[in-house]
Amino acid sequence: MTGLLYALSSLGAFALLAGIVLAIAQKAFHVDGDPMVDKIDALLPQTQCGQCGYPGCKPYATAIAAAEVEVNQCVPGGERTMLVLADLMGVKPKAVEQEATAPMLAFVREDECIGCTLCIKACPVDAIIGAPKQYHTVLADHCTGCELCVEPCPVDCIDMLVKPELIEHWAWPLPMTRRSKLGHARRDHHAGYA
Amino acid sequence: MPAMLRNLAQRLGMMAHGFTGGIHPENHKVSATLSSEPCPLSPVHILPMKMHIGEPCSPLVAVGDHVLRGQKIAKSEGYVSVPVHAPTSGRVVRIEQYAIPHPSGMGIPSIFIESDGDDVSDDSLEPIDDWRNTDPALLRERARKCGLAGLGGAVFPTFIKLVQDSRFPIEMVVLNGIECEPWLTTDHRLMLEYADEILSGLAITMHMVHAGAAIIAIEDNKPDAATAMRQALSEREGMDDVRVVLLPTRYPQGSEKQLIYALTGREVPAGKLPMHVGVLCLNVGTARALYQAVALGQPLTERMVCISGDAMPRPGNLRVRIGTPMRYVFAHQGLEDFESVRILHGGPMMGELLPHPDVPVVKSTNGMLAMRKASFVGVHTQEQACIRCGHCGEACPASLVPNLLADQCRSDQFDKAESYHLFDCIECGACSYVCPSNIPLVHYFRYGKGQIAQQRREKSFAEASRMRSVARDMRIEQEKQTRAARRSSVRKTHAPKDAPKAEAGAEVKAISQAGESGAATVADKTEQENKD
Repeated sequence: MTGLLYALSSLGAFALLAGIVLAIAQKAFHVDGDPMVDKIDALLPQTQCGQCGYPGCKPYATAIAAAEVEVNQCVPGGERTMLVLADLMGVKPKAVEQEATAPMLAFVREDECIGCTLCIKACPVDAIIGAPKQYHTVLADHCTGCELCVEPCPVDCIDMLVKPELIEHWAWPLPMTRRSKLGHARRDHHAGYA
Repeated sequence: MPAMLRNLAQRLGMMAHGFTGGIHPENHKVSATLSSEPCPLSPVHILPMKMHIGEPCSPLVAVGDHVLRGQKIAKSEGYVSVPVHAPTSGRVVRIEQYAIPHPSGMGIPSIFIESDGDDVSDDSLEPIDDWRNTDPALLRERARKCGLAGLGGAVFPTFIKLVQDSRFPIEMVVLNGIECEPWLTTDHRLMLEYADEILSGLAITMHMVHAGAAIIAIEDNKPDAATAMRQALSEREGMDDVRVVLLPTRYPQGSEKQLIYALTGREVPAGKLPMHVGVLCLNVGTARALYQAVALGQPLTERMVCISGDAMPRPGNLRVRIGTPMRYVFAHQGLEDFESVRILHGGPMMGELLPHPDVPVVKSTNGMLAMRKASFVGVHTQEQACIRCGHCGEACPASLVPNLLADQCRSDQFDKAESYHLFDCIECGACSYVCPSNIPLVHYFRYGKGQIAQQRREKSFAEASRMRSVARDMRIEQEKQTRAARRSSVRKTHAPKDAPKAEAGAEVKAISQAGESGAATVADKTEQENKD
């Protein structure tokens, strides 16, 4: 009888102790928000274009973290983003359905602009400057090419241009040998992506 | 015991250190015996707005302007940059994009100058005869103003190196006359013909950085150049601490870090400059250009170019005005049909294969080679499996593991490649040269470096976009709150409308009291009203 009592009381004491430690730990190491969301958000290209069906990169990251949506919805991120997201989430890679276009840049034809400020309000990264009844212009260095400013323009004076290729940004292509192609095929195979 | 003896001899400076790795490609220095001659003035000169490492320049002239030789036509933007000068007198005819010597074949904004044939110089820069008593800072400014950039091929703005930093005093100046690339004879001819001017440039450099000693490094396949330099040295006074050192021929000895190690046994750490180990390294051509800039007041408008190659009808060493179209220079040496030749800008090991000859001679043009297509075709298409022979690792002057790095770059494992120090690769091509399986190793490294750079760029752009987006969301949120606050306050101000008139009157009085200074805010009114 005493043996049973000892066993029960010691187990109870341990349980109580563990409970206290866990309670303290929960307070001490509390993390605000889901750290996974920030991790995913850091991998997304931040164009804020909404092509994934969410109103920006952060909402899409939140949806991925909650496992509500596939990892292949980011169009500008393309295959590379999809692969790293699949790796992070531990899911099977799935091909991106929509082909990513070349990097674009919005351009306001200033002589047609009426200064309505609608595009300024639409720009997700504040890359358009101007004031009411003044010409607006796009800051080329900050434009992500999301095309969100094209739709609201009442006079259709915004063009999407292909971002000019700079010689400083030119990179050597992969040598076109049979083995180099083989190496890339092997990489795709390892990524589990066919 | 022999190792100990060698170590001792090296420490005492009796023996050169050598560097690890390296190869012995065939020399092919066919133009070594041909004395230099001036290249005739081309009818048009094309000056790209960036011929150095660093920030591009912006044009100072407009279409139609008349310019003189040596006149500044583009000013430098930013610190790591040097201006561009007109190579001859003439008229600016166009300012537009034009291809530069670059493997991509892409172009940058360039100024086109139609020469008038008179070749009148701009004499606004005074020669500094008494440079020995001139402030080094002034001489440094002169080097910048004259557009000096490393003429060995790297074109790093020279004035940045010519600085006295109390933390890193320069103990030794190394004059690089190695020229280890096959075919090229540019520096060789310079040392034979302009030994005296090179020494003057060296003396100016030593004065500028307060260096006590200097070494003129030459490979032992150019004994005549060493003799010429020694001869010139013996005729000079006050240059007792300058030595001419003959090093055993080995590629890539001319690479700055390898040369410094071979001469002094000091290793320049990754990401550091030679000045951090107390050494300043200058090409012999740059030293001569410094002499011309300081003692003659001439900006950099001309350079020695070696024109050679196995498809070149008449090899030679020409003093070419910077901006001369390459097609013109080739035509002057008898090459007009580019069907069956490939053109290299620089040497065959590190030079760039150009897609077409319609590019100008720039400050980095140390050689222009025309090679038969037959000596290229097939080499890079027959890549075979790595047999782990280890030759590439033995040949690598940076002590890397090329075969591993190539595998990692090929399969896009870039973070792994970086951890194996991909960025310490100097792209000398020694590994590709020795590879029995014909693996284009350097090409893989260039691909890897380019991809990593692109990923970094995209990452930083994404981060900047994210910050802008977050800032915008915060701003919108704030605006919404202010608007809400204003609306609620307005509602509260107008709320007591149904109240008895006397009370309303009291309230108005209270508000007017509160707002006596005329600066009462909506919030003030609300507060007052709440008290009521």
